[in-house]
Amino acid sequence: MANKPNLKVNIGKLTLKNPVMSASGTFGYGDEYAEFVDLSTLGAIVVKGLSLKPKQGNPPPRIAETPSGMLNAIGLQNIGIDNFIKKKMPFLRTCKTKVIVNFFGDSIDEYVKAAEKLSSVDGIDALEMNISCPNKQEGWIVFGTDPKVTHKVVSAVRSAAKLPLIVKLSPNVTDISYMAQVAEDAGADALSLINTLTGMAIDVQSRKPKLANITGGLSGPAIKPVALRMVWECFRKVHIPIIGMGGIITSDDAIEFILAGASAVAVGTANFIYPGVTSDIVRGIRTYMSSEGITSITDLTGAIKCRTNRL
Amino acid sequence: MNRVFKATVVENKKLINNHYLLTLHPAVKIKKPRPGNFFMVAVETGLDPLLKRPFSIHRWIDGNFQLLYRVTGKGTKILSEKKPGNILDILGPLGKGFPFPGKDRQVILVAGGIGIAPMYAMAESIKDKNPLLFYGTKTKKDVLLVDDFRSMGVDLRISTDDGSYGVKGNIVNVLKKYIARDSLKAPYVMYACGPAIMLMKLSGLASEYKMKGYIAMEQNMACGIGTCLGCVVKTRKGHKRVCKEGPVFPIEEIIW
Ligand SMILES: Cc1cc2nc3c(=O)[nH]c(=O)nc-3n(C[C@H](O)[C@H](O)[C@H](O)COP(=O)(O)OP(=O)(O)OC[C@H]3O[C@@H](n4cnc5c(N)ncnc54)[C@H](O)[C@@H]3O)c2cc1C
Ligand SMILES: Cc1cc2nc3c(=O)[nH]c(=O)nc-3n(C[C@H](O)[C@H](O)[C@H](O)COP(=O)(O)O)c2cc1C
Ligand code: FES
Repeated sequence: MANKPNLKVNIGKLTLKNPVMSASGTFGYGDEYAEFVDLSTLGAIVVKGLSLKPKQGNPPPRIAETPSGMLNAIGLQNIGIDNFIKKKMPFLRTCKTKVIVNFFGDSIDEYVKAAEKLSSVDGIDALEMNISCPNKQEGWIVFGTDPKVTHKVVSAVRSAAKLPLIVKLSPNVTDISYMAQVAEDAGADALSLINTLTGMAIDVQSRKPKLANITGGLSGPAIKPVALRMVWECFRKVHIPIIGMGGIITSDDAIEFILAGASAVAVGTANFIYPGVTSDIVRGIRTYMSSEGITSITDLTGAIKCRTNRL
Repeated sequence: MNRVFKATVVENKKLINNHYLLTLHPAVKIKKPRPGNFFMVAVETGLDPLLKRPFSIHRWIDGNFQLLYRVTGKGTKILSEKKPGNILDILGPLGKGFPFPGKDRQVILVAGGIGIAPMYAMAESIKDKNPLLFYGTKTKKDVLLVDDFRSMGVDLRISTDDGSYGVKGNIVNVLKKYIARDSLKAPYVMYACGPAIMLMKLSGLASEYKMKGYIAMEQNMACGIGTCLGCVVKTRKGHKRVCKEGPVFPIEEIIW
């Protein structure tokens, strides 16, 4: 009889029971989804991006639907790290899954302070540093698009953070694999990609942009081919694990990312469509492994079969 | 009780141009919605349209429920083509409904256009109070459910933009005249749903006359359960989520 497929994966020093996690900003702080998903079946919960102080975010309207995707310009509204620790961590500690906290700052100093603060909180297993929100001002965008600034902020956080550090990359750059190398060089333990792609939509009757912020971040199935290509490009350039995301709806989508080089995957927009989808994807991956005779999910990472070894 | 469920289309009846009444039979027992609650309906199982569409509870009939909707775009167009026997994925009931009026309060309902949909549920829940309904539409052929409201004992005041039915003009002005004449004897509470412009005018009126009232807000939604933070409106207490803290808000709370 075949052994039960082993779904365990390592993201740096962090071990997940399976490679499926929620994508930041699409799963709240986990509590709202407890009604729809057995959270203990997930590899990890990644919470909504946090900053030192609570943030109001952008004015509405903040979302607009586009073909097979959606634009959002939430603007990183969040309850702040202190409230999160007080009000949300007690629940997250009971979830029997790993907790990854996504965070950001408006300056290198704020990033460092946030990382320090979060590192000492019991029950947080890893940090995901967001340097890639497309809905921030130009001065902020450089964290994820100017390699020098990226190196500086990641290095600073690396020295301050006492937990595994995941850096979330922006797809809104010319060569994401270069940015991946910069983050690796600065000490990242793993990479998350992709964040949303900057986009916009216009109402032709009113001639107004559909988002108050004018531009927003595109997510959902519409971005999957782009995200997949980016994971594949980064996989060939870095030695640290990659968490792949962008438009994953089904377990086959997730497996595509793993074949392209992801060690784990995150599910975002799909949670809005099928609240129980994360757990379904875990199940689907297990079924695929059984039927394909794959014993360990780690054997699939980067196992894409290309005819030519294009570089 | 599970808020993710499938429901079978029992009937999808065209009432007037572009307005449909959808009767759904949930496959499992669901929580009875309160007036002002809403459901997120997947009009398609494919990826486009991707997001579910929010619709207010219109009527609850022994475990079946009805949505009253207007075709305005891609999603509602697809919904209007559903046939009896079709199965839809639904999430709900969601949001906070209208709070019940105090015991001796008279009730005023205000609806603009398709804003009549949740007002029916509200009227039904407090029909023993013989509510007054101020109902405005563009033109005569958009006026819905008049007989249903009358048979419930609702005192109806109608206006149309073109004067083809009831008073000519907007319904907030009709209400204003009514209030200015001091026609309201008992303390009253107002419940309203309609286009943003109507709600905005109404909030002006409410502050002028110190009216107590609640309004149902709309905003584009993705999740419907409070996680995406996409559906916020500006309130005096900061951004609040229409799907979670709303859709019903105290009228004085909204910043226009
Ligand atoms: C809490 C709530 C209750 C509602 N109840 C009803 C009801 O009972 N009857 C009814 O006819 N309509 C109701 N609406 C409005 C209804 O959801 C929209 O008309 C519908 O989503 C339009 O979808 P569409 O694809 O046809 O339009 P499109 O314009 O093609 O939609 C594009 C996107 O914008 C969103 N959108 C467009 N207009 C609105 C709107 N006014 N409110 C929210 N999202 C919108 C859609 O959901 C979709 O994601 C309600 C809205 C909310 C927020
Ligand atoms: C509404 C919304 C809010 C998001 N908020 C955050 C956030 O706070 N921090 C972050 O790093 N990414 C955020 N993201 C990006 C997602 O985590 C993910 O990278 C992206 O949506 C692509 O995945 P998807 O197509 O599966 O949604 C957000 C995405 C959406 C749609
Ligand atoms: S629709 Fe997502 S928070 Fe309200």
